[in-house]
Formats: sequence, structure tokens, C-alpha cells
Amino acid sequence: MAFIKETATLIRKEFLMEWRSKYALNGILIYVFATVFICYLSFKKIDPITWNALFWIILLFTSINAIAKSFMQENRSRYLYYYTIVNPAALILSKIIYNLILMSLIAFICLFFYTVVFNNPIQDFAYYLLAVALGGLSFSSMFTMVSAIASKANNNSTLMAILSFPVIVPLLMLLIKLAKNAMDGIDRASSANEIGVLLLINIIVFAVSLLLFPYIWRD
Amino acid sequence: MKIKSDWWKILGVVLVLFSLFQGLMGRVPVLPILHETIRNIYYHVPMWFAMVILFVFNAVYSIKYLSSGNEHHDNIAVEAANVGLFLGVLGLLTGMLWAKYTWGEAWSNDPKQNSAAIGMLVYLAYFVLRGSLDEAQKRAKISAVYSVFAFPVMIVLLFILPRLTDSLHPGNGGNPGFNKYDMDNQMRMVFYPAVIGWILIGVWVMQIRVRLLEITNQILEN
Repeated sequence: MAFIKETATLIRKEFLMEWRSKYALNGILIYVFATVFICYLSFKKIDPITWNALFWIILLFTSINAIAKSFMQENRSRYLYYYTIVNPAALILSKIIYNLILMSLIAFICLFFYTVVFNNPIQDFAYYLLAVALGGLSFSSMFTMVSAIASKANNNSTLMAILSFPVIVPLLMLLIKLAKNAMDGIDRASSANEIGVLLLINIIVFAVSLLLFPYIWRD
Repeated sequence: MKIKSDWWKILGVVLVLFSLFQGLMGRVPVLPILHETIRNIYYHVPMWFAMVILFVFNAVYSIKYLSSGNEHHDNIAVEAANVGLFLGVLGLLTGMLWAKYTWGEAWSNDPKQNSAAIGMLVYLAYFVLRGSLDEAQKRAKISAVYSVFAFPVMIVLLFILPRLTDSLHPGNGGNPGFNKYDMDNQMRMVFYPAVIGWILIGVWVMQIRVRLLEITNQILEN
């Protein structure tokens, strides 16, 4: 019970910090708008397969940029303070949940803007939304831990990309396939395998993150 | 070399020599498309078995390092990743050579080929991470965390994803596994020793490299 309360307090703190500066959210939203618009200006018209791939590539880079900040924005002395009062598992869990909410929000805004600017070839829209939500979940669970690892090494942003690409590729392949099935309006039951494996990987990543974070949170 | 503790090294050498010889000279069934290239099964497949075993060593010793903080465990983890990566490169090269003659192209966008290449990237990233940290203890701890974190993903990549899609490799996407039709009993008598032999050789190379690393560190400290 104390653990849940601690996590809830930490999530609340994340939102408060974000609300006061609005730095991350605004920055990422401008990033999304700019990227989608640049893609529109350079592609004009695209076929559905490229449409889907391009959407996921934009989302991938947006989420790397959004989540890479999660351990950089607070300074060292504040972490020293956290060490004395909170459970490390609660800290990483709060970051994952906060990133999950932020990423889902950004992913839906990105999808909305993307479909407005480009045409909309999606046939099974509800299922595509599910794929986007699963994407937000996968990106946030994977990148939060990677950003914790990268934040311990000095040259952050390059390392973040190097460390996260190999581990996100299997998830991204599944997500693109699931999204493509939804876009083509293929029978929903045929993508059950992909959803199962995605959820399984996410559960593993959650468990491993909670177990491993206590080892790296102090220097 | 003491027979009691080092018998497995001799066994590894004998088994690999046996499989090298039998691979070139032994009798193989004549099959369409494969023809004589089926001999590559003795060289290509054991590389992957040995690589996976060494990556398991890497994950296990990373966990051991996290719980003990013993530098020796970190050295084993590093060298296991090194040797595993080398075996993986050999596996890719032998596989590409085989693919050139049976599938027509060295790289034919096969899911298992792609997965293996990305699996290699995980361990290359592991070495980049190690390179970016100066302090020895911090480097050991953070790279151990990354390797334990990445290991389940690599397992999914190598063993689950290729099975979800169509692959040119046997045993995937409805293709029969190679054990079922292609290999007769005589081939199995060479294949299994080759697998065991290469695993033993891989572990032996890792052990020698760990000793070399520790001696180098000792000299550098003095």
C-alpha cells in the first residue's frame, strides 16, 4: 500500500513539474508538427505501406526524444534527496507510468495531425488506435529504462539512440505489422499473435526494469 | 594440462576435428537444391548454438556481478560477449555463403537473417556503452544492467519473431525442420558432436581470454 502511495506521489510530482515548465510537452508537440509537415512537404502523396512505415518512424524518433529527457531534467542533488526517501522501484515505475501517459497523448495527437495532413487509408480505425496505444506502452516501458542507463553515461543523446535501437526493433516490427493489418482492415483475430507477443515483451520489460533499476540508481 | 579438470578441452578439440573431417569427407544424402551444400550444416548451425550459449554466459555472469560486485564475474561477462559476437559473425558469414548457393542471394531479407543481424547490434551497443564509461566499477555495473535488460529481447528476436513470419530457414513459417527430412542418421552422428565441440571450444576460448584480460589488468596496475 505504501508502495502504491509512493508511486502515486511521484507520478503527481512528474506532472506538476511538467505543468510548471510545459517544456517537454510543448517541445515534443512542435517536434511532431514540424516532422509531419516536413514529411508532407517532401512526400505530398504516399502509398499506404509507406504511410504506415513513415508514421511509425516519426513516432519512434519522437518518443526517443521525449523519453531521453526523463532522467536528465532533474539535477544530481535532487536525486541525492530522492535516494534518502523513496523506493527505487517506485521511482522507475512512476517514470514509466508518466512516460506512458505522455507518450499515449503525443501518439494520438501525432496520429490525428498525420491523418489530417496526409490522407487517411486506415480501414479499421479502432484497431489502429489499439496498435498506437500498444506502441505508446512499448516505447515508454523500453525507453525509460534505457534512458536511465544512458543517463549514467556522460554523452547522453547519442548513447540513448545506440542503446535503444537494437532493443526496440523487435517491438517495432510487431507494431508495424499489427498496424498494417489494421490499416488493411484484415480480420482482427489474425493479429492476435502479435498482440500477445507485444504484451508478453512489455511484461518482461516491466519486471526486468523494476528488478534492475535499484542497481543503477546510485552511482 | 590435467586430465581430470581439462578433459572437456580435449573433447572439444577432438569433436571439432572430427566434424571438420567428416564434414568434408563424410557421406551426405543427395537432396534437390541443397546438394553438397548440406555439409555446411556442420559449420553454420553449431556457430549459433555456441553463440547463444556464450550470450547466456554473458547474462548469467552479469547477474552474478550485480549480486557480488566481483570483478572476475565482469571479466567473464565481457569475454563471453566478445567470443559470442565473433561466433555470431562467423555464423552470419557461413550462412550468407550458404544462402548465396541455395536461395540465390547472400542476403534475401529472411527474418532470421535480419533478427541475427539486429541481435549482433545489441552486443555491439553493449561494447559502445562500455567504451563510453571510464570508471571500471561503474562500467561493469551499468553494462551488466544493460546486458540483462537486453537478453530477453534478444531471445524474443532470435527464437520467437522468426516463427511468427514466413522464413526461408527450415523449421519456420510452415517449413519442416531440418531434422525431419533432410538429415539422415549418419549426418546426425556428425552434427551433434559438431555442436557440442564448438560450444566447448567457444567456452575454452572465452576462458583463455578472461585469463589474458586479468593478467593484462594486473600488469597495468603495477
